[in-house]
Amino acid sequence: MSSWKPLDKMTILSHYYPRIEGPEKVSGIARYTYDLQLPGMLYGGILTSNVAAGKIVKVDTTRAKQVPGVRVVLTDIHPTGTIRFAGEEIAAVAATTPQALEEALRNISVEIEKNAFVVSTEDAMKPTAPRVFADRENVRKPRVREEGDVEDAFRKADVVVEAEFRTATQVHACLEVHGSVVHWEGDELIIYDSTQAVHGVRKDVASFLDISPRKVRTVCVHMGGGFGSKLRGGRYTAIAAKLAKAANAPVKLMLTRRQDFESVGNRPDSIQKIKIGATKDGRLIAMDAVSYGSGGISGGARVRLPHVYKIPNWRYVHHDVYTNAGPARPFRAPGSPQAAFSMDQLMDMVAEKLNMDPLELRLKNDPNPTRQKEWRLGAQKIGWQNRNRKPGSDAGPVKRGIGMAASVWMTGGRDTKAMLRIYPDGHVEVRCGTQDIGTGTRTYVASVTAEELGIPLKKVIPLIGDSDYPYSGASGGSTTAPSVAPAIKNTADKAREALTELISDKLGVDADEIQWKNNSIRVQNKTLSWEEACAFIEDEPIEVHGKWTEGLSSAGVAGVQFAQVAVDTETGQIQVERVVAVHDCGLILNRLTTESQINGGIIQGISYALLEERWMDPTTGTMVNANFQNYKIVGSRETPEIEVILYDEAERGVIGIGEPPTIPTAGAIANAVYNAIGVRLFTLPMTPDRVLEALSQQRS
Amino acid sequence: MNNFKMLRPENFKEYSIAQKTVSGSKLPFAGGTDALDLLKERILQPDYVVNLKRMADLRGIQEEKNHVRIGATTTIAELAGHPVIREKFPGLQQAAESIATPQIRNMGTVGGNLAQRPRCWYFRGETYHCLKKGGGMCYAYVGLNKYHAILGGGPCFIVHPSDLAPMLIALNATVHLLNAEGKRRKLALKDFFQLPAQNLFSETVLQEGEIITHVDVPIPQAGNKNLYIKFKERETADFALVSVALSLNMRGNTVKSGQVVLGGVAPVPWVVKEAESLLNGARLTEALAEKVAQAVVQRAQPLSQNKYKILLTQNIIKRAFRLITEA
Ligand SMILES: Cc1cc2nc3c(=O)[nH]c(=O)nc-3n(C[C@H](O)[C@H](O)[C@H](O)COP(=O)(O)OP(=O)(O)OC[C@H]3O[C@@H](n4cnc5c(N)ncnc54)[C@H](O)[C@@H]3O)c2cc1C
Ligand code: SF4
Repeated sequence: MSSWKPLDKMTILSHYYPRIEGPEKVSGIARYTYDLQLPGMLYGGILTSNVAAGKIVKVDTTRAKQVPGVRVVLTDIHPTGTIRFAGEEIAAVAATTPQALEEALRNISVEIEKNAFVVSTEDAMKPTAPRVFADRENVRKPRVREEGDVEDAFRKADVVVEAEFRTATQVHACLEVHGSVVHWEGDELIIYDSTQAVHGVRKDVASFLDISPRKVRTVCVHMGGGFGSKLRGGRYTAIAAKLAKAANAPVKLMLTRRQDFESVGNRPDSIQKIKIGATKDGRLIAMDAVSYGSGGISGGARVRLPHVYKIPNWRYVHHDVYTNAGPARPFRAPGSPQAAFSMDQLMDMVAEKLNMDPLELRLKNDPNPTRQKEWRLGAQKIGWQNRNRKPGSDAGPVKRGIGMAASVWMTGGRDTKAMLRIYPDGHVEVRCGTQDIGTGTRTYVASVTAEELGIPLKKVIPLIGDSDYPYSGASGGSTTAPSVAPAIKNTADKAREALTELISDKLGVDADEIQWKNNSIRVQNKTLSWEEACAFIEDEPIEVHGKWTEGLSSAGVAGVQFAQVAVDTETGQIQVERVVAVHDCGLILNRLTTESQINGGIIQGISYALLEERWMDPTTGTMVNANFQNYKIVGSRETPEIEVILYDEAERGVIGIGEPPTIPTAGAIANAVYNAIGVRLFTLPMTPDRVLEALSQQRS
Repeated sequence: MNNFKMLRPENFKEYSIAQKTVSGSKLPFAGGTDALDLLKERILQPDYVVNLKRMADLRGIQEEKNHVRIGATTTIAELAGHPVIREKFPGLQQAAESIATPQIRNMGTVGGNLAQRPRCWYFRGETYHCLKKGGGMCYAYVGLNKYHAILGGGPCFIVHPSDLAPMLIALNATVHLLNAEGKRRKLALKDFFQLPAQNLFSETVLQEGEIITHVDVPIPQAGNKNLYIKFKERETADFALVSVALSLNMRGNTVKSGQVVLGGVAPVPWVVKEAESLLNGARLTEALAEKVAQAVVQRAQPLSQNKYKILLTQNIIKRAFRLITEA
């Protein structure tokens, strides 16, 4: 089993260093899929339904085809002809300009036989609700998980708390919409895609088009956000490929902002009814939970209960509910922020009932040894001891409070391959079919190589984001770093062995007389610089292949967050003033990008806590806020002082950190709000109207 | 957006000639921060877009003897940064600074801000053929109305989005207009706006081809205090959930006269008529603020999702009085 070198020997890894494509990105040189222009390229677009349910009766494209500049109109793109949500594809066009495209799409007339629909989860649960699928009930068969004897445990409980929590549907809202630029070379398809999975897109699109994956290549150099919504190949890519084939020209097809909001994923809402039982001395012994939630026409609304705390007896019954809305997709820690919002509030409710410090209750019930330390560390940093001991007791209209919540994530690394070449001039090229979704993957592909070979970062050229490169999986589930970094290290190790062997051949010395130093190689009594060593290579570069190996990564992280808020009781506004976040992720490859991930996760968590909400119109079944004006995401003024504390566990190897930091934020804020005003918010997002409403209910 | 042609008059004369000689619907276009969105979403589909930004007469801020004249194409950023505005009308500066983002304030103009169209999400969505667009129903009334009117609504329940308007009205501003024939008229800014019950299709009295040339704001008398506070759901950039423009002429602690105008609660900037009698001669106390707040919300008729605005309006009015007392 291989292992990383000790921390104190590392010169790049575990340090702070900027991402290598940073200058390209901030100067606008970096080209995203959205920016690409190919010679002769056409603009593709999709006409989507603005009806929530119905049957496509007729699609008339006569007028659309007459629009000057229109090259192809396709009408057979809907698989069944039955519309189940506003946003489903009906027809597609390729045209020479975006203007002609828009004109043509508008000139397609569609006749739809409308059906009754339902867009709210609660409405869909009523027996009289229209069915989303004719052959199935809207409320799906419950999924039950159970451990221990729940009823008996509740009988033994000294205190019981119970509450109903609601969380809103959150939309990924990637800055770069979903889309592709596609190009046929003979029978081979090249896809430039905004994706989290170049290999996955190859496979999926090949299967949509019924061609061999061998004939498909996917490229993604830079991408503008995915958060889980770009883990698979898109139907829009297959549509673009069909348009391109028919037009015999490259096609760029990017979804509109509205389509991006409606049809390519969301974090489902939840209604969670949870009861918790504990003993006098603060041990949780029972949980009984029921939840409902809708991933639109898909499932995926399960909440990750019972979250992080040890409860010996528990039952969780979940029901996915169908509604006439776009399908869910994985969204940064699926199911988890919802769980932290409910469970960490319930923890505080139990603590209050027991008259116990919420921190103490957590220390008693949290089985994770790392988090035990993180709780203490975070509490000390935020000043937990100085909190408002009596909720709502601040004088004046603006009241402050502190709250906490926990994070957990379980995934680790998996299969990844890489190829490395050392050129005679000392440049090192690494190829790996992973992709950088903004997390800094490209940078550590270079830095792991540089660290292992003992050479400067700038000598390494990392090539990623191409399905012609050795296989790596989708960037999802926080699996990328623990998958990719070990593969790169393994490959770099092999490269070093290969170079050692070459030198030993050329100089006629034994391999064990060659010693690798930082930036140089000692052979007998001579020191060779890296360049001198590489000069032995002559014509054919050294080429080695490596793969993910055991021992360099592991699975499972803990984490805690503390939030300090100021609540204006006259306006209902919650201002998050400070967040202290303590997270571990094993060996930290790059402190700077890791902190960025945590900052980003927290900011997205604040947005989820305070603002983000998909609004579906009951009359038309369409999303009314499918734009950045009305789908509100936090900005600079909502962003607090964030203090990230990285809890080092280098001995565990590399573990992912993309998702965990967004899990506890909303829960911590909700607890802080209670601590500030003495009123609990059970619904996300905690917008001013809801805060005012909660305050008025308390007064009356 | 639809295909249109662009007209680019250099002065009032050319503007009138263009209006007379070119037939077809015309959309005045200043900074375009609102007009472009309306065009893109095809809420408006004019034959011509008339660029107002080349008309030098429409631009700039001038201090006259009794008033300050603000040209229609003066940008919001220019307004917010102007020394005379800062000195005489802190409330106007606050209103200007509360608007949108620096980028939009750099492009958006004062005239465009007053003539901007409502933000009702049904009005802004092309597919909703609501009352205001000649359709048969108000989707907000039966549907999603969290951001809608609690005062003066019906049959349409938009709220007027402008932050400059309430403050300018509180400061007794006059708006000057130039019509298609080259004729001018002026009116009190409060009369520039109209309720849906008066005209469902236009929030202002502007006629086809008529533009705002400038706004005159009288220089306040000694003892005047004015301020604007705006509450937004998202601090970074948002329209008002509720805002209050307050202008009080004070003698010592006594209010001689004053104006309270609200934003975010009604289809027009909401002039609190009851305030006049309550304020005149009254002492500036919390009880006075409470009375004004009560008078306002007594008439409120909330929809299914905007009851919270009643309490919020009361609280923001009281806060405005508190702040002006401290100022
Ligand atoms: C993201 C965003 C956030 C915003 N937030 C706020 C906010 O918080 N508060 C606020 O008050 N506003 C806000 N606005 C609106 C913004 O202030 C207006 O869009 C801007 O002031 C309009 O000025 P403009 O010059 O760009 O007008 P344009 O977009 O050019 O025109 C707007 C409308 O006014 C008409 N018009 C323009 N000039 C004249 C004139 N001289 N005479 C007659 N009609 C004219 C046009 O025909 C058009 O209908 C926001 C806008 C955006 C896009
Ligand atoms: S409030 Fe007015 S603009 Fe909005 S849906 Fe109703 S009628 Fe239309």
